Amino acid sequence: MAPIDVRLVGVTKRFGDTLAVDHIDLEVESGEFFSLLGPSGCGKTTTLRMIGGFEQPTEGRIELQGEDVTWLPPYRRNVNTVFQNYALFPHLNVYDNIAFGLRRRRVPEREIRARVAEMLRLVELTGFEKRRPSQISGGQAQRVALARALVNRPAVLLLDEPLGALDLKLRKQMQVELKRIQQEVGITFIYVTHDQEEAMTMSDRIAVMNRGRYEQLGDPESLYERPASRFVAGFLGVSNLLPAILDGTVGDYAVARLRDDTPVRIPRGQTAGLSRIEVGVRPEKIRLREPDEPVPDGHNTLTGVVRDASYMGVSTSYIVEIRGGARLTVYEQNVERATRSELWRPGEEVRLSWSPDHTFVVPVEDDRSSDEEVPAA
Amino acid sequence: MAREAAVTELAGPRLGWLDRFARVFDRYLLLIYTGFAVLYLMLPIFVIALFSVNDPIGRSNVAWRAFTLKYWLDPFGVPGLFDAVATSLKIAFASTVVATALGTLIALALVRYQFRGAGATNLLIFIPMATPEIVMGASLLTMFVAIGRPPFFPLNELTILIAHIMFNISYVVVTVRARLVGFDRHLEEAAMDLGANEWATFWRVTFPLILPGIIAAALLAFSLSIDDFVITNFTAGRTVTFPMYIWGAARIGIPVQVNVIGTLIFLVAVGFVALSVVLGRRRA
Ligand SMILES: Nc1ncnc2c1ncn2[C@@H]1O[C@H](COP(=O)(O)OP(=O)(O)OP(=O)(O)O)[C@@H](O)[C@H]1O
Ligand SMILES: [Mg+2]
Repeated sequence: MAPIDVRLVGVTKRFGDTLAVDHIDLEVESGEFFSLLGPSGCGKTTTLRMIGGFEQPTEGRIELQGEDVTWLPPYRRNVNTVFQNYALFPHLNVYDNIAFGLRRRRVPEREIRARVAEMLRLVELTGFEKRRPSQISGGQAQRVALARALVNRPAVLLLDEPLGALDLKLRKQMQVELKRIQQEVGITFIYVTHDQEEAMTMSDRIAVMNRGRYEQLGDPESLYERPASRFVAGFLGVSNLLPAILDGTVGDYAVARLRDDTPVRIPRGQTAGLSRIEVGVRPEKIRLREPDEPVPDGHNTLTGVVRDASYMGVSTSYIVEIRGGARLTVYEQNVERATRSELWRPGEEVRLSWSPDHTFVVPVEDDRSSDEEVPAA
Repeated sequence: MAREAAVTELAGPRLGWLDRFARVFDRYLLLIYTGFAVLYLMLPIFVIALFSVNDPIGRSNVAWRAFTLKYWLDPFGVPGLFDAVATSLKIAFASTVVATALGTLIALALVRYQFRGAGATNLLIFIPMATPEIVMGASLLTMFVAIGRPPFFPLNELTILIAHIMFNISYVVVTVRARLVGFDRHLEEAAMDLGANEWATFWRVTFPLILPGIIAAALLAFSLSIDDFVITNFTAGRTVTFPMYIWGAARIGIPVQVNVIGTLIFLVAVGFVALSVVLGRRRA
């Protein structure tokens, strides 16, 4: 296992009555692209600012490469930050902005020249040395901010929604760019975002945060395929959740019964220690068939009526109401039914089926108020 | 231009006298208004400058007689004037330096930190600006007399300096604070993030960014100090500043040299303004 670059032990931050960060334990490995993902106000920025040294935790300890830095000021920590609004120094040109950190460390001017030039090459801004921050575009400012931080060769780079101010196209482009730069320099990145797609495409691991804690931590695939809570299931993409009761096992699968007694198979490992559950399945895993068409052996199957169909080009999104009234979202690639006239129509009866391996389980939370924050499935 | 063309087109050939008047009015009103305003502001200064090259008979320099440069070549040719100007400059300089330094620090504290008494301090800062000078001068005099011992009594240059620093601080705080309110704190965090300690952060980031505000405050303080008469008159004792010299001289006739010095001060001030405009342009 790679050495640990950043370790948070029981870190808590209170602002008066607000509990911004609530006993977080976290370990980020060296060289990792680690994301903190969560809705607005969940404590992502606060967590990042504590690692950077701009806030002190109310409780707990922060270690950087094994050294306790909880009470060290920002300028004594081997981390650098890319701020959300970039925070470029308006009175300095691009060159002097990037050289700022090296000058504070009394690096000889000759070496500074070489390193700044190298950074400008890395972020593809050679020739912009003399420009003022007010004379460059948002995307360029973002890259200057990145260069200004990276030129110091920190152990860890902290990024707080660095692409938040950019338009969608530039954002996508910068995501690829950022990932490339991270792989090129091999520095640990801790990346804050509330954009799940951004976190999924870039990260090695993601901590999904909610109300000052993280609900689940893992690589993008396991978070998506096996979300551990309602919140994670709803925050990362769309998911269909149906209340169910566990009822025995069949082979490698546990069986749960829905409200109307329909059995649903679930990979056995997921149900350990749970009693009240909801079974979940992602919309793209479900197949729609004619009610009398056969379904592969062992697949979970339900019948329902199409309530809505929205054609989206690549795929079509259906809302299907099953017996008992629950509504499921289903995505179908527009391959077999490619033209609009061939799509399922509202009112048509359909059979839904999916592989039991694509079924996941989340515990029913007693704290119903958390439902409000789950984006509509 | 485009707008005018559009108007012409719409109105066509039947442009009434009212429309024509409105157009002329529209076009020249601002110009005329500005012309009058500038004239109003500049006329007294022009008269001062004009009479600095007059060659009057006797003591009264109020009627134009003949052009001469002799007073410009000998600006301190009347007894006491040089000392008065020197005293004024000395006090203006010292009070500007002290008030700018203290006022900037107060502004920083007021904007940056929440502390007990911040609200009261904000209010107190306004009092010297809001109080009539005559009241302030009188109460300062009362205070110094009540203390009744050196270095505050008898009154001297130090008491004038104390008074000037006091009212200047208020103006400095207000000016610098305006510059600080829009200041992005992330810039200072970024500096610290890049390895600058508090000291380096202040001098490398905070100070250069609020410098225009500090310079504006210093210029304001200097000009307030150099022409203050009312408060100075109460706190001066036997000391004579430039405004007090003029006041004293006015009773028997103001010497032409006063016009020379006045014009010089004006030119220096204009020079400063021009310099700041040029610097500002180059920066932008
Ligand atoms: N300086 C502060 N004083 C008081 N409360 C604060 C302060 N900073 C943050 N908070 C509160 O702490 C909570 C977490 O804030 P934080 O900025 O970490 O959220 P975030 O996850 O970064 O949200 P966003 O995605 O909107 O940036 C919020 O409820 C916020 O109001
Ligand atoms: Mg934030």
